[in-house]
Amino acid sequence: MDVKSLTLTGAGELLARGDCTSVELVTAVADAIRRTDAAIGAYLTVDEESALSQARAADEARAAGRMGRLLGLPVAVKDVLNVRGQPCTCASRILQGYLSPYDATAVARLRAEGAVMLGRTNMDEFAMGSSTENSAFHPTRNPHAADHVAGGSSGGSAAAVAAGEALAAIGTDTGGSIRQPASFCGCVGLKPSYGRVSRYGLTAFASSLDQIGPMTRSVRDAALLLEVMAGRDPMDSTAVDAAVPPYAARLREDLRGVRLGRPREYFVDGMSAEVAAAVDAATRRCRDLGAEIVEVSLPHTEYAVAAYYIIATAEASANLARFDGVRYGFRAAGATDPIDMYGKTRAQGFGAEVKRRIILGTYVLSSGYYDAYYLSAQKMRTLIRRDFDAAFERCDALLTPVTPTTAFRLGEKTSDPLAMYLGDIFTVTANLAGICGLSVPCGADAGGLPIGLQILGPAFGEEVVLSVGHAFERSRA
Amino acid sequence: MTTEKRDSSDIDVAYVAHLARLHLTADERECFQAQLEQIVHYVRKIGEADLRGVEPTAHVVPIRNIFREDESREGLDRDEVLANAPSVILEQFQVPRIVE
Amino acid sequence: MSKLASTIGLEVHVQLKTRSKMFCACATAFGAPPNTQVCPVCLGYPGAMPVMNGEAVRLTVLTGLMLGCTIPPRAKFDRKSYFYPDMPKNYQISQYDMPLCLGGGVEIEAGGRTRTVRLTRIHLEEDVAKNMHFETTSGVDFNRAGVPLMEIVTEPDLHSPEEAMAFLLALKQMLLYVGVSDCNLEQGNVRCDVNASVAAPGDPLGVKTEIKNMNTFKGVFHALGYEIGRQIAVLEAGGRIVQETRRWDVDAGVTASMRTKENEHDYRYFPEPDLAPVELDAALVEGWRRGLPEAPRERRQRMVRAYGIPDYDAGVLAADRPVADFFEAAARGSKNPKAVSNWIMTEMLRLLSERETDIRNVPVAPRALARLVEMVDAGTLNSNKAKEVFAVLFEQGGDPDRIVGERGLAQVSDEAAIEGMVDKVVRENEKSAADYRNGKQAALQFLVGQVMRLSRGKANPSMAAELLRKRLG
Repeated sequence: MDVKSLTLTGAGELLARGDCTSVELVTAVADAIRRTDAAIGAYLTVDEESALSQARAADEARAAGRMGRLLGLPVAVKDVLNVRGQPCTCASRILQGYLSPYDATAVARLRAEGAVMLGRTNMDEFAMGSSTENSAFHPTRNPHAADHVAGGSSGGSAAAVAAGEALAAIGTDTGGSIRQPASFCGCVGLKPSYGRVSRYGLTAFASSLDQIGPMTRSVRDAALLLEVMAGRDPMDSTAVDAAVPPYAARLREDLRGVRLGRPREYFVDGMSAEVAAAVDAATRRCRDLGAEIVEVSLPHTEYAVAAYYIIATAEASANLARFDGVRYGFRAAGATDPIDMYGKTRAQGFGAEVKRRIILGTYVLSSGYYDAYYLSAQKMRTLIRRDFDAAFERCDALLTPVTPTTAFRLGEKTSDPLAMYLGDIFTVTANLAGICGLSVPCGADAGGLPIGLQILGPAFGEEVVLSVGHAFERSRA
Repeated sequence: MTTEKRDSSDIDVAYVAHLARLHLTADERECFQAQLEQIVHYVRKIGEADLRGVEPTAHVVPIRNIFREDESREGLDRDEVLANAPSVILEQFQVPRIVE
Repeated sequence: MSKLASTIGLEVHVQLKTRSKMFCACATAFGAPPNTQVCPVCLGYPGAMPVMNGEAVRLTVLTGLMLGCTIPPRAKFDRKSYFYPDMPKNYQISQYDMPLCLGGGVEIEAGGRTRTVRLTRIHLEEDVAKNMHFETTSGVDFNRAGVPLMEIVTEPDLHSPEEAMAFLLALKQMLLYVGVSDCNLEQGNVRCDVNASVAAPGDPLGVKTEIKNMNTFKGVFHALGYEIGRQIAVLEAGGRIVQETRRWDVDAGVTASMRTKENEHDYRYFPEPDLAPVELDAALVEGWRRGLPEAPRERRQRMVRAYGIPDYDAGVLAADRPVADFFEAAARGSKNPKAVSNWIMTEMLRLLSERETDIRNVPVAPRALARLVEMVDAGTLNSNKAKEVFAVLFEQGGDPDRIVGERGLAQVSDEAAIEGMVDKVVRENEKSAADYRNGKQAALQFLVGQVMRLSRGKANPSMAAELLRKRLG
């Protein structure tokens, strides 16, 4: 069976028609992983045995007449989500030996619809990074060019989907970690609005910015996975109690009556001409599909990266304080007292980027600096939200590039963290404002590296964002 | 190790790393000091914006009064919990002796 | 002789009476085996998130209302960061600048005067785990981690260990009255940090020291006594007080500087992103306020007015809310509230203390006590037999009339019956009868006793005396 271009929806139809079984499907995907993952490094762990037994159970359930929106469909999960009985390394040494005693809510909802948990994908350690080079285990390579990065932090999920090693994967996005690797690898990635999907069971990086979302081969698949994962959760106070529309059923094929904004601050000097051209072409195509294009302004964009790195690292410094070697995970040997144990455990357990961000986050919260950094960043957040509020008065969604460039080379930015951070300029704004954003493939550069189109919608405006993405995707097919 | 904070607004990596309970090697300290000075310099641009009278955003979603009922439920199995522990003594998490 | 005066502030941590923890559904029961009341949330597991216990919020606000605090329209939770093995997340979810209750006060009686000790605030937070110290290592039990703790902070309004003690007792009484905490000190339900400084009157406050984590009121009393003495001695010897955190060593009876570097504080507070702010509806809070019990002091005053009992009695009864409730339930239906009060203050409290139990746990009904008083007043029961009946009521409950009937305890006030007994007694005790006739009053008491013996205690003793006097007169 060829799973390289099979969508989740397509596979679901095969299963429904009895053209194949879940066991066959899972076996085919596992074979693909065996063939290609040594060169890509998309996965950290694959539990084929467990996946096959889940697949058998799904086949039996189907035979017994039971249904499920994802019954028998394998899904890969970023190694930052808790899956009961599995490790959850967050690509860090510090979680060595940890086994999750519980399922993240998003995972439990996938399971409840019959999804098969196939394996755990690679990532930047604790989701901190834009290239998956910060994994403590190995980097993930771009399936389109092995000497280029897959993006990050959900690089493993993106590469697995792009390389035919997964039909769909779950990622997380704190400042672009779903959309940027989706763009670099040429797949679809959705960052839902903050509060749309429960974060319970997602190892927190920045609690006020993190969201879980799908990474897929089609917009329809993303809509389907969002439908399953979204909704309120008594275990997450920030998961909003808002109705979950049938996203997949409401996808539109044309864009008549839709108004799309082009924020001028997202087309800047220094960005790749090929990226700009591809996004311009995509914008014209949307106009051809019936959309009206308007110019809008998001004037505080220039402060977004600064505000983002203050807020994200501050929250991370507290969220990662729990990794101390007391209750689970790695503990350094030879400590004489608890303070010594913390210092050694964290020194040996965390990688350089995580340490840098913990130090930055600790600094911006420390006595005397709170107002200048954290409080100012939170005020800036208000201004950035207002920018979007004003823009969405004038249009239904925004069309922007996902990143200023296509995938860069492995090692190209590892010694210059600030340069790496600045690449997040077009994605961090959605997290700061809590709005939703979709990355869909819209072309490739001369070297064959994919380019993504970002469609930003208002908070809880996933329906319109997915429709624009779907219509655009269909028009390219 | 520096435990006194510097007077200037420059980041003192050694002090902050101590607060964050991260032992750094001399090389790391030097490297991070240079990189973080550059990053702090960049994020300080937030101070250039006019933020007077602007309310801070702590939550982007309008949530309030999210409460649980006061009902107790069975927790995790102790064996499972202690199996995750790096070191155990008498069904407790063992740590180097705490001096008060 | 010292002219230096002390200034004291308290931070009292009170465990709230909830079934589940502050941010997760784990049980709060005391004494469970180590690490059996834990879950991903209270163990600080990756990915776990807190969800607020609404009852803990309600109990804290009730306390605030009872103590005259302002309930601000908006409160929030913050993360307070510091590393310690008893902290599952190495930050504690607490409240920094927007607590649930502001201001308020507690009235104390000290040195014969009544005055108010002002409160700064009351906030809600999660408790930490419990450390056990072994030879070379320590163990951590997370059962207590995440239990809701209310922190009551006073202004520096106290000036002696005696006042601190009076404050704690008054506070405890109020908390028991509202029913927000069991205030069980043995189980660590109430723990205190104290700040103390000394200075000459009129001078600015001196440098203060903090003594942390005392779990008995006596400990607070003695620690303050020691610490104030120490500070005075240091200053009088020309030394300086260093601002620091100290520990009370119960065995040695001294405070000692804590050696850990935790004296350097940089808690890096910031708003807890995982929790929603609390904005309680004013009408809801007003409803809670209306449902508050009367404060002990007001109740005492009202009981004096309503039942005509002495202020002393009212004070004893009002000290404990269930006792006062019992008294009022009994006294409302009684013509003789003072007698009801006497029964409670003597027999009832004696038996309760003997059995180490609570008035809510004994089967005697307030109505039964009222009836018992009525029977004594009507002369149907003499006071010795009444004590017997009370003892039965205390153990088994029931109806006093039935107990008297079943056990044949009713007082005999039938003149003919008692006259018969008087005749018999006089006949059999000629010497005593003669003694009485010869003016020996004590002999009458003996003869009355003989009548009582003959009646197996049931004869009306005053009637017996009356008839004896008549017979021998």
